[in-house]
Amino acid sequence: MSKLKLIIKREYLTRVRKKSFIIGTLLAPVGLLVYFLVIVGLTKYEGGSEVKVAILDEAGIVGAIPDDRGVRYIPAPDKTLDQLKTEVLDGQYDGVLLIPALATLKQKSLTVFYYSDDKLAPEKRQFIEKRISDKVRDFKIDSLRLDRASLENLETDVSIDPESIAKEGADESKYTIGVGLAIGGIMAFIMFFMVMMYGQMVMRSVMEEKTNRIVEVMMSSVRPFQLMLGKIIGAGAVGLTQVLAWIVLGGAVMFLMPFLVDIDPQAMQPPPGAAAAAIDPEMAQGEAFRMFQELGKQNWPLIVGSFLIFFLGGYFIYSSMFAAIGSAMGDDYGEGQALVLPVTIPIILAFYIVAFVGIRNPDSGLMVFASMFPLFSPIVMPFRMAFSPPVWQVVLSLVLVIGSSFFFVWMAGRIYRVGILLYGKKVTLKEIGKWLFYR
Amino acid sequence: MILSIQNVVKQYGKHTAVDHVSFDVPRGSVFGLSGPNGAGKTSLIRMITTITGPDEGAILLDGEPLNERTPEQIGYMPEERGLYKKMKVGEHLLYLAQLKGLSEKSANQEIKYWFDKFEINDWWEKKVEELSKGMQQKIQFITTVVHKPKLLILDEPFSGLDPINTTLIKDEIRQLNAAGTSIIFSTHRMEQVEEMCDHIVLINQGKNVLYGEVKAIKNAFKENLFRIETADDLPGDFDRHFQVASRPDGAVVVQLNEEASRSNELLRYLLQHNIHVSRFEEILPTFNEIFIRRVEETQN
Repeated sequence: MSKLKLIIKREYLTRVRKKSFIIGTLLAPVGLLVYFLVIVGLTKYEGGSEVKVAILDEAGIVGAIPDDRGVRYIPAPDKTLDQLKTEVLDGQYDGVLLIPALATLKQKSLTVFYYSDDKLAPEKRQFIEKRISDKVRDFKIDSLRLDRASLENLETDVSIDPESIAKEGADESKYTIGVGLAIGGIMAFIMFFMVMMYGQMVMRSVMEEKTNRIVEVMMSSVRPFQLMLGKIIGAGAVGLTQVLAWIVLGGAVMFLMPFLVDIDPQAMQPPPGAAAAAIDPEMAQGEAFRMFQELGKQNWPLIVGSFLIFFLGGYFIYSSMFAAIGSAMGDDYGEGQALVLPVTIPIILAFYIVAFVGIRNPDSGLMVFASMFPLFSPIVMPFRMAFSPPVWQVVLSLVLVIGSSFFFVWMAGRIYRVGILLYGKKVTLKEIGKWLFYR
Repeated sequence: MILSIQNVVKQYGKHTAVDHVSFDVPRGSVFGLSGPNGAGKTSLIRMITTITGPDEGAILLDGEPLNERTPEQIGYMPEERGLYKKMKVGEHLLYLAQLKGLSEKSANQEIKYWFDKFEINDWWEKKVEELSKGMQQKIQFITTVVHKPKLLILDEPFSGLDPINTTLIKDEIRQLNAAGTSIIFSTHRMEQVEEMCDHIVLINQGKNVLYGEVKAIKNAFKENLFRIETADDLPGDFDRHFQVASRPDGAVVVQLNEEASRSNELLRYLLQHNIHVSRFEEILPTFNEIFIRRVEETQN
């Protein structure tokens, strides 16, 4: 076996066998599952016990109201307010709802009184307000002798459906952008996370070898470049393994979800009040269907394929810089921070560009530039991929990122071979620059 | 010659670490590479082990210029020892042996041999960090010799070793040497040079300041001092015949002039005067003295 292969094998196996890796890889999807379960559980939570409310409908506006969402409406037309109040104190009701008469049909607001010594939960209060408001509306329609069917016809749902002119037939819907944002966002985040995590892993590993002096033994067997490259490739393969494991496990979790919990579409809706135009369950299913349809329309082989290339490119660029920095650092991580910062800033900047500019306009000038610039493109271009950017931009960006990754690895190798054998010296960036030109 | 250093120069920036150094290491010798700290020993070793390359000059191993197969023929134990702490001992040795060009199978065999020899067969599955320092040193030694190198380079091999392990490693070094392995032994501990080495080079400030056979160098630096131990009183005219250098507790140290036959003259004088000699020896300079003298001379 060649030396490089041996190094890669060791770097890969020692990491993959680590408990922390196995736990992290398995736990992330389980964490996702728990998260979903908690969300579903929370939305299903009824918000406490049932509330019995006596309705004192002085002007006969509301009539009978069916029980709903933990509120029982009990009409009490024959009793006085004082009677009802004592009944509340006796525990027969939780409270009394006094609905005064409307002064005129043009009245735009109506104050309803709730008599009770117990506080009404905000959610229940919203439910009740919504119910009464609907009833008052019905009352007004009847009183004005309006045609209910005609009124309903007045309401129209408007949405913008983008249609491409050049690419006729490439049907885009309003879901395209939402789904694109989601896919692009997830890819950018994974990229950011992986480059940061695995880049720093390479750096720490280089520092460790230097401080525990194994490097001197290694250098007498292999070339510095071989050791550095083997480490970068080995750790990168670990990263890929983790991503693939997450894709498989995450897919399994998503697939199993419907069987583990029966997701009640109604429960997934935002609470009423916030959504006066509550979506009815059938509509919601329609939305989900459209969403899936949109996901299916994406060019997945292209997205996944280019994601992998950008991942490798970005990973090689940053991890080689991290390796170079690690070789220049001593065992004092704190002192080395000044060297780490110049490497982490571009990654964070790229992520911010996506988060603050990309989400508003994925095709803006800054985004186009950032998706070409090799230090940003591994994070920015995958985000843009979900919005079908011009092919030439993708190709150019790929060429630039591949070319630069070779350049950065070469450059890091020149720094590494000097730094790794240098002890007891605080190194500045300027000095590292000089090493590039050592023979 | 197993190793030939020819006019080698190594510079780091403006600092010249190795300055036109030349010497040969005879095949089968135990060769001392010594000098004060910072003299350029490590820089030299790093060039021999191909970790770095010389700026000028040439290095030949077994008559061949250093090449990509050189590392497999050299075993190097750096002064600062290091192993991967989290790795299992067996795997670690296998890894390093394979990096030295052994196949997995022969690496296994070799490691087995050393495990039997050191009686440490139950260490295979242990993590390096679970071993004591002395145990780690043994493992480090095995990593250095497992691929049967032609040339062994040991940088301060006994530093940090307890007396038992020191003896153990010394014996191993002697056995390897007897089996034909050439050994470069880098140290600034002169008593070790004297004990272990047959040839030596002394480096100071990047320059070769002393080089040759240990015995020859000692002879070259001897001051014709002879030490006589006797219970009898020396005759009164002894001081007129011979120059007494000192009288350390009961003994007499005499400095003779250059001719070797003068020692016989001294013996004859003692016999003639019926002096009962319990001990008579030539005082050779210790390497420590030679070392300090040469370093001081070259510094001025």
